[in-house]
Amino acid sequence: MDALIARGVTKRYSNHIALDQVSITIPEKTIYGLLGPNGAGKTTLIRIINQIINADEGEVLVFGEKLNSRHIEMIGYLPEERGLYKKMKVGDQLLYLAQLKGLSRNDALIKIKEWLDKFNIRDWWHKKVEDLSKGMAQKVQFISTVLHEPKLIILDEPFSGFDPVNAQLITEKILELKEKGSTIIFSTHRMETVESLCDHIALINKSKKIIEGPKKQVKDQYRSNTFLVEHKGNHFTLPPQYELIKQELIEENLFTSTIKASKEIKGNQLIREMIDITEVHSFQEKIPTMADIFISLVKGEDDEALKKHLQEV
Amino acid sequence: MNKIWLIIQREFLTRVQKKSFLIATILVPLIFPAIIGGLVYIMAKEAESAKADKVQVVDESGKFSFENTKRFTFLPLDLSVDQAKKAYNETEDFALLYIPPFEISKPEGMIIYTQENPSIEKVGDLESILEERVRDLKLEEYKIDKETLKSLKTNISLKQINLSDTGEEKASSSGLLYGLGFGLGILIYMFVLIYGIQIMQGVIDEKTSKIVEVIVSSVKPFQLMLGKIIGIASVGVVQFLIWIILITVLSSSVLGYFGLKMPQKQAMEEVSKNMNQNEEMQELMTEKNSKVNDLLGNLSEIPFGKIAFIFIFYFLGGYLLYGALFAAVGSAVESIQESQQFQFPITLPLLIGYFGLFMFILRDPHGSISFWLSVIPFTSPVAMVGRIAFGVPTWELVLSMVLLIGGFILTTWIAGRIYRVGILMTGTKVSYKVLAKWFLMRE
Repeated sequence: MDALIARGVTKRYSNHIALDQVSITIPEKTIYGLLGPNGAGKTTLIRIINQIINADEGEVLVFGEKLNSRHIEMIGYLPEERGLYKKMKVGDQLLYLAQLKGLSRNDALIKIKEWLDKFNIRDWWHKKVEDLSKGMAQKVQFISTVLHEPKLIILDEPFSGFDPVNAQLITEKILELKEKGSTIIFSTHRMETVESLCDHIALINKSKKIIEGPKKQVKDQYRSNTFLVEHKGNHFTLPPQYELIKQELIEENLFTSTIKASKEIKGNQLIREMIDITEVHSFQEKIPTMADIFISLVKGEDDEALKKHLQEV
Repeated sequence: MNKIWLIIQREFLTRVQKKSFLIATILVPLIFPAIIGGLVYIMAKEAESAKADKVQVVDESGKFSFENTKRFTFLPLDLSVDQAKKAYNETEDFALLYIPPFEISKPEGMIIYTQENPSIEKVGDLESILEERVRDLKLEEYKIDKETLKSLKTNISLKQINLSDTGEEKASSSGLLYGLGFGLGILIYMFVLIYGIQIMQGVIDEKTSKIVEVIVSSVKPFQLMLGKIIGIASVGVVQFLIWIILITVLSSSVLGYFGLKMPQKQAMEEVSKNMNQNEEMQELMTEKNSKVNDLLGNLSEIPFGKIAFIFIFYFLGGYLLYGALFAAVGSAVESIQESQQFQFPITLPLLIGYFGLFMFILRDPHGSISFWLSVIPFTSPVAMVGRIAFGVPTWELVLSMVLLIGGFILTTWIAGRIYRVGILMTGTKVSYKVLAKWFLMRE
């Protein structure tokens, strides 16, 4: 079953459209990357899923059921603009937020102890949030998001404010949650996070969804049978089914060539032919990174120009 | 509902657990009895230890023969003014009184020399002693007997009785009603303002600490706003109750303590004796005493139960009406400073009610301006409570209450619409136009 389906979701404000007929499908137990530049409409979509605002058109289904107030307890939301009550103690704060999410007081107390232990911060219970460092407060905030064991977790830029050690810790916890069966929506600009964590992605730009699908499939879509070959000497001519896009001199008589092969040709065939005509030092297929795809798509290049661009970078 | 309850609890507990709440709740009631007790104590001490001030007298007119009073000991001197002045500076006496020769019809030129600035009270006392003496001289000259004069003096005090529709007679006292109306009106004004601003501050805190987006993903913005308003109201009510209890207990124990030491009547006589030896004054005092008794009688005629109920109704109604507006302002701005421009139109009607209380309601409780002020929901909490003790026709009261309920439902609805958008907006320059846009924005 899909964790979330949005169909034709549209949100208009008086002078602009924040979301224009956006449809996405988020499979269960995946990490789903919601990408897009600032102001694209990601936050609007997330707020609609959280029922903070309502869509003007379209519908949202959560686990097959039309979005309603019962879903609030199934969703954990870590907004990008986040904070805690500064004067409240960590324990009281977590208890309050958990109860607002529908947990009973006793259940909440047990869960809070569990999570504080997981992060080794049990002695923080009586600390006021204003006495915590930013990174410490972020940990508390993360706990508050997942405390009620939501089936759908929405994390908006979850790593901002964390040092690499703690970011690693949070990553582990996120993967654990996924193992336990939660579905996680990631909204982020950090492409390395997307590359390493996400199973599915969607890209939203200028209020519209541009692309969606499993990460590998998206990347494959932009594979163009282009290869990078490092070789000695450049006194050769390529067979006609290959196109030399670019050739760079690295050091004395050592070159890197970007070679595009026509569709039916596999990498192995190119290697074979290259070995015959030159001394090959390295060989790899040029697969576009998510960052490349993101930037190109946002720049609004059409498919052909895009593929060309992706070959050249 | 359950979630609103959680919010109310949090708002209440976080405020009540603050040290500042504890301090304010305990200190304020201590201040009043402390001031009263302190004053009574000082007065009692002063009365005990007061020594008569020595006044040297150079009487060139020969018309005065001074008797010593509790306050003043008079020392007649047989010196010229200049000599006396020199001699006076050597002494530590309170004053040197110089009386030149004068016509009885024109008693002028009397001078008092002192080493320090004398209190107005003491100078006044001396003046009245002199005046009394000159008046006696005048009486003699005009051949008027003191007794005749006394019988001429008349004092009339109107006993006030309201004739109700049923022809029932009710004693009333406008002075008492004035005091009651004044006190209750101010109390509501202060409560609405102080706690309204607390609501605003709370909303701004949630917005700037950015917790609000997390909260509204769990509850509706309207629930959050309502929970906050009710939570803070309960803080206010609890604080007021504690104050009332503490003030009553402390005041009565302070008064009891001094009352035991000095029975009230005796104290009053003591004071009046000290103030003036004049017999007529004493008579006046007893007359006043009978007036006090009248007043106490009237006190029992005022329907306190009804007034208490109406006070609580307007207290809460006014608070809810303005509280929602303060919440809306808090949601639109990002700091207290920024809120000033929007606070003004909110506090304006409250101020109008406050000034209307002094200018119209307490002076003319049944005039048409008083009527409108006590019916329009924005001014009625202060105005009606100020007016209620004077007696308000039932239909006016019902109209005013219905309008107030309608009023706070309306402001809460308007405020809720602004609030739900405002709390999630940061970095926008907010104007009234923007507020209107938020208000009209669809869900």
